[in-house]
Amino acid sequence: MSNHNEKYEKLAEVIKAHKEQKGALMPVLQEAQNIFGCVSEDVQKIIAEGLGVTLSEVYGVATFYSQFSLQPKGQYVAGVCLGTACYVKNSQKVLDKLCSELGIQPGQTTADGLFTVQATRCLGACGLAPVMMINDDVYGRLTEAEVPAIIAKYKAS
Amino acid sequence: MEQMIPLTIDGVKVEVPAGTTVLEAARKANVNIPTLCYLKDINETGNCRLCVVDTGARTLQAACVLPVTPNMVVKTNTPAVRAARKLNLELILSNHDKKCLSCPRSQNCELQKLCLDLGVENGDRFAGAQNEYPLDLSSTSIVRDNNKCILCRRCVGACKNQKVGVIGAMMRGFKTAIASPWDKDLASMACINCGQCIAVCPVGALTEKDETKEVWDVLADPTKHVVVQPAPAVRAALGEEFGFEMGTSVTGKMVSAMKRLGFDKVFDTDFAADLTIMEEGYELIDRVKNGGVLPMITSCSPGWIKFCEHYYPEFIPNLSSCKSPHEMAGAMIKTYYAEKAGVDPKDIVVVSVMPCTAKKFEAKRPELGHDGLADVDMVITTRELARMIKEAGIDFANLPEENFDKLMGESTGAAVIFGVTGGVMEAALRTAYEVLTGEELKDVNFHAVRGMEGIKEATVKVGDLDVNVAVCSSTGKAAELLDSIKNGEKTYHFIEVMGCPGGCVNGGGQPIVTAQVRNWVDIRAERAKALYSEDESKTLRKSHENPEIKAIYADFLGEPNSHKAHELLHTTYAKRELYK
Ligand code: FES
Ligand code: FES
Repeated sequence: MSNHNEKYEKLAEVIKAHKEQKGALMPVLQEAQNIFGCVSEDVQKIIAEGLGVTLSEVYGVATFYSQFSLQPKGQYVAGVCLGTACYVKNSQKVLDKLCSELGIQPGQTTADGLFTVQATRCLGACGLAPVMMINDDVYGRLTEAEVPAIIAKYKAS
Repeated sequence: MEQMIPLTIDGVKVEVPAGTTVLEAARKANVNIPTLCYLKDINETGNCRLCVVDTGARTLQAACVLPVTPNMVVKTNTPAVRAARKLNLELILSNHDKKCLSCPRSQNCELQKLCLDLGVENGDRFAGAQNEYPLDLSSTSIVRDNNKCILCRRCVGACKNQKVGVIGAMMRGFKTAIASPWDKDLASMACINCGQCIAVCPVGALTEKDETKEVWDVLADPTKHVVVQPAPAVRAALGEEFGFEMGTSVTGKMVSAMKRLGFDKVFDTDFAADLTIMEEGYELIDRVKNGGVLPMITSCSPGWIKFCEHYYPEFIPNLSSCKSPHEMAGAMIKTYYAEKAGVDPKDIVVVSVMPCTAKKFEAKRPELGHDGLADVDMVITTRELARMIKEAGIDFANLPEENFDKLMGESTGAAVIFGVTGGVMEAALRTAYEVLTGEELKDVNFHAVRGMEGIKEATVKVGDLDVNVAVCSSTGKAAELLDSIKNGEKTYHFIEVMGCPGGCVNGGGQPIVTAQVRNWVDIRAERAKALYSEDESKTLRKSHENPEIKAIYADFLGEPNSHKAHELLHTTYAKRELYK
């Protein structure tokens, strides 16, 4: 709990530091994301009130830039590359399989907080296309059939 | 001296002040550059690219946001320009539902007109994936249909100017939509229902919650006694729907049309505006004399009231306890009139015709009623009334002029000007002056509170009292004013606030005026002319001189702010949260 309170105190400080600046919203959202790991509805409301802007503006910016996440990320963040090279090698199918296995959509997190699925831009590993990353582990030349086993491995650990 | 910039537009030499945009300058060369997203003072974001012109630069430029530069050579009508504009329209159409036949904006839709004017032949040129959105029907006042939205962001600008900002552009790319955060419906946001978003929407994406069917139903029901009342500003704008020039007052024809539609009685909200002045005037005098909460702030505008409840609840004690005029009328129709006419109030249906979408919400407030009956049962806007008149095939332009029904049909000039910013203040001053001093007011015109500025201030001598007043219109301006009071910069006795810029003449329920007019004409000032000239033409111009007002106090209410008046004509307010 005290950890929780500390985070909110930190957010208040960040807002205070940026309040009078023009274009404060981006840096404040960025720092809030660093503090909380995501920018939840609650956090966005505090930012809106603190900076004197509307929640629509905050939410508009938070959903425009893909670096912001509205929900806390899972313990394992699985990103499937939809960059050109991976895409032509059927990475969409890998992503679809991943989603159906976990029962969520890209950008969402499983209810147990274990997995977050993301569709990413080019990961710079085109030679291995199609590529998926789970946290820092890279999986290359994937087929959709391999997905369940990979997930199972993380579930077990 | 203003610096003048010379430039050439389509071969015509013009000179315009520095800072002018190419769009504005082109008017001087008699060229109307097409626009879609641009709306002066509300949306100057340059996102639709319909207004592109050739300036010799590498790419075509958006004229609406392009300032002139010396000796610029602009071409507005080249094959490349025409092709680009058409292409942009075709791309917009690729994600538009194109259901014009049943669209309330058909025939004054800016997108429709541009497609015709610019010769779009195939609306399906880029047929492909299309977003499908459910209608947002949650609000009592406003319907959002994103399937028609073209993402121009004018509504976002209007909402932001109101300091409400409950809608914005969300997500990005193909998924971009105008919505509320987390896709919440409008009713769960702190929307004040002012309808300024509707007034500025170029297409049919934002419209009023249409209640004409409900009105037709009660008109056809022989067990119902249906009483209608139009607000002051309706008569100043209804004519626009039938080809009259803006600023033409059509009071007599409007009454005539209402009778033909089948209403059993046609009373005037203006009568109730006079009644409001009596109640509110005496309330002010009481507050000043007995140390009540000051400044007192007017309560006629339901958009403003809801704004205050959400955003400035600390000012609730400052709000006049008076119900708004049409609610007062409703209460009197179901008591005073019912008694006189021998009609059971339960059989009476009160229909208000308002320039306002927020009135739809107001009528549903549970505190605005008596004995389990709502004061007002239905609210339709000026637009909806026009729709009914058209549907009934009434030849409006050639109707004879008729008078309101007796008992609650008489009004003074003071009531008429309620429809424009400053009008309630002026009306109140006319009465307060005579009541407080016991002397006749020689000049009834208070020019200091007229005009279209967002905030107006004056000090008025009433006997030996210096009364400090302020008048503001638009909730955005109200927020500024309230902040200056909070900071202790300003002190006033009495403040008039109207939720919409310019007051009710520019309400969210008024006939739609497209950007092609709004960008160049101050429609608020034009419509206000109709009201001020009607005020001038009246022999009685002070509310307390209205004979029907005298009668209602003598026969029914007793005196202003009497116990009975309090029970029927006054109300309460409560703080509202920002988010549900
Ligand atoms: S970009 Fe100029 S009108 Fe839209
Ligand atoms: S006619 Fe309905 S959006 Fe244009």
